[in-house]
Amino acid sequence: MEDVIARMQDEKNGIPIRTVKSFLSKIPSVFSGSDIVQWMIKNLNIEDQVEALHLGTLMAAHGYFFPISDHVLTLKDDGTFYRFQTPYFWPSNCWEPENTDYAVYLCKRTMQNKARLELADYEAESLARLQRAFARKWEFIFMQAEAQAKVDKKRDKIERKILDSQERAFWDVHRPVPGCVNTTEVDIKKSSRMKNPQKTRKSVYGPQNDVRTHSPTHTPAPEAKPATEEQLQDQINYWGGQLDRHRLKMSKVAESLLAYTEQYVEYDPFITSTDPSNPWISDDTAVWELEASKEPGQQRVKRWAFGINEVLKDQVGREQFLKFLESEFSSENLRFWLAVQEVKKRPIREVPTRVQEIWQEFLASGAPSAINVDSKSYDKTTQNVKDPGRYAFEDAQDHIFKLMKSDSYSRFIRSSAYQELLQAKKKKSKNLF
Amino acid sequence: MGEMDTLKKEADGLKTQIETARKAVNDTTMAAVASGVAAAPRIQLKNRKTLKGHLAKIYGLHWSADNRHMVSASQDGKLLIWDTYTGNKVYAVPLKSSWVMSCSMAPSGNLVASGGLDNMCTIVNIKAASPKTIRELDAHEGYLSHSRFLNDSEILTASGDTTCCLWDLETGKQKVVYKSHVGDCMCLAMSPDQNTFISGACDSSAKLWDIRDGGCKQTFIGHTSDINAIAFFPSGTAIITGSDDCTLKMYDLRADQEVNGYQDAALNAGVTSVSLSSSGRLVFAGYDNFNCNIWDSLKAEKVGVLSGHDNRVSCIGVPDDGLGICTGSWDSFLKIWN
Repeated sequence: MEDVIARMQDEKNGIPIRTVKSFLSKIPSVFSGSDIVQWMIKNLNIEDQVEALHLGTLMAAHGYFFPISDHVLTLKDDGTFYRFQTPYFWPSNCWEPENTDYAVYLCKRTMQNKARLELADYEAESLARLQRAFARKWEFIFMQAEAQAKVDKKRDKIERKILDSQERAFWDVHRPVPGCVNTTEVDIKKSSRMKNPQKTRKSVYGPQNDVRTHSPTHTPAPEAKPATEEQLQDQINYWGGQLDRHRLKMSKVAESLLAYTEQYVEYDPFITSTDPSNPWISDDTAVWELEASKEPGQQRVKRWAFGINEVLKDQVGREQFLKFLESEFSSENLRFWLAVQEVKKRPIREVPTRVQEIWQEFLASGAPSAINVDSKSYDKTTQNVKDPGRYAFEDAQDHIFKLMKSDSYSRFIRSSAYQELLQAKKKKSKNLF
Repeated sequence: MGEMDTLKKEADGLKTQIETARKAVNDTTMAAVASGVAAAPRIQLKNRKTLKGHLAKIYGLHWSADNRHMVSASQDGKLLIWDTYTGNKVYAVPLKSSWVMSCSMAPSGNLVASGGLDNMCTIVNIKAASPKTIRELDAHEGYLSHSRFLNDSEILTASGDTTCCLWDLETGKQKVVYKSHVGDCMCLAMSPDQNTFISGACDSSAKLWDIRDGGCKQTFIGHTSDINAIAFFPSGTAIITGSDDCTLKMYDLRADQEVNGYQDAALNAGVTSVSLSSSGRLVFAGYDNFNCNIWDSLKAEKVGVLSGHDNRVSCIGVPDDGLGICTGSWDSFLKIWN
């Protein structure tokens, strides 16, 4: 960016800087917005005005030049006047100005009795906030502001105008108008790992202010340590284990992903509009009310046929599945599965009691809702129940799940109860009459 | 150091063999298979709602399982819980440390979690008479970058100390520690069946873990910089990662490798966040350059852009019912689109 600025400031080929006469005074050292745009298009290979404005706004946001009568740092393609920022204040100097400096600056502004140097609302708020924060040091800050105001008064009027505007622009970058982009921001997730460039810790105004940063501590990133022998051995064991894993062919994998998206595309509100309408668009919450109701719509019922997981994850689906199985007097598998899912979520102190209850209900000899598990799982579960934890029934649950998937679930989908639900919506609308 | 050299050679040799094994199953490419599919429609999303209330950068958001409420975390030191449809703030939770990096809500809607540079995960019960901190999970040695509840008794966390962890909320202690990454863990996502989860880290790799036994089941490489965001494809058989190297990648768990990449020569901003639509066909990715791009997950083409924020999009989320998408930004606003 600084190369471009240097070119812009070049006396012969740069942007013409002039002093403009305005009502009672002269406005020194300015150029207009359209001047910048024109120059960019001519000298920087930029094709259109929009791009030039974008680039210009970015440079302004970083503080290389600024509008003289506005705090908001953007570029407009018109007669608005801009000025270059002095190299002292360039971002490349890595300023991290302290709040104390800002306080001195705002204080100084209030001492200057010119109407055009009055504080803007957000600046007045900041000043009030800083006064509260630095209450004890305020005398010190006030003295500094006074000292600076004195020095400024001695300067040549035109020089003062320019310096004042440049100082103001510097603060517009580091303490931007609320709502504006702050180009000096750093992501805290990355800041603790960054290798620090030499941040200029000294005060903007001289050596007096103490150096207390308000941003999180920058600890330099630890150098990546070369792997130890132990780590290398771990890696070898890991990758050795991974080598022989079964890998599915790309064609199968791609087909399956495609098939999934195709099957679910009608359930994707971004691609297929929902029926009833999407509440975010139409302001009508019917679709949420329908979801919450006990009466499943046709589309929802259709989805249960995609796979057993669809039935199990939909509350109404689970209820209907259970109802069907109860009508066949074969609901113990599903009830067991649901009970085990539930105990996994319980707080740990409730788990042992619950595990015992499940054991008594489903697995103990003479259990009222006896389920059939293979002997291996049965033995393992018997052991687990002696020292009950959340996963005591893991093996049994896996076995039961496979049974349900191949047997109970397919019967459910083929059942007349399910088929009726699928048609239910049509029936309901008939009943309205 | 002959021993070290031998070990290194062995490790590298294994990795090369694995790459060969992976290539061996490449009988085609996703691009070839997807060429037969109809193109996804061009997506033009409108901003339906803007949630205003935060005073500083938003670092995280998470939809409630009820598809209507949401929790968001900002550097103004607050967690806000919203009724997104009306735009009302239902609860405000003041945080002890304002350097928050993430937040999440339990499926029950009773608890929210937050954490950041304080290295702790703070659990708050928002359904109590007034929001009450019930746990401070304090064992990580680095910042807390991400968290997700399994239920009201267990939570997963990812940390800058390169580990992820499963905590028991009743005792406040770590139950399982997932160690294998060699860089800060930046993000995590749970599988639809809640038996496994994936994590992305600054070592440019993504890992799949068994929640119960803490073992790393698979590792996916290919990115050349920090992985900032990660999500499961809704089928649970593939994952999408977003990185500072300005690309997103889809890895399939069964093929054990990258099957698709989403990049554009013109893009030179890192990916900060990622979320998918319900069918998995659309990938929404937030970038450093204040925009979100919408990608067709199968054809790897851009099908839309979301621009409306005045600063970086730091987080993104699609609710379970897939009816919209919410973006959170450093400009302090949350916007809902569809």
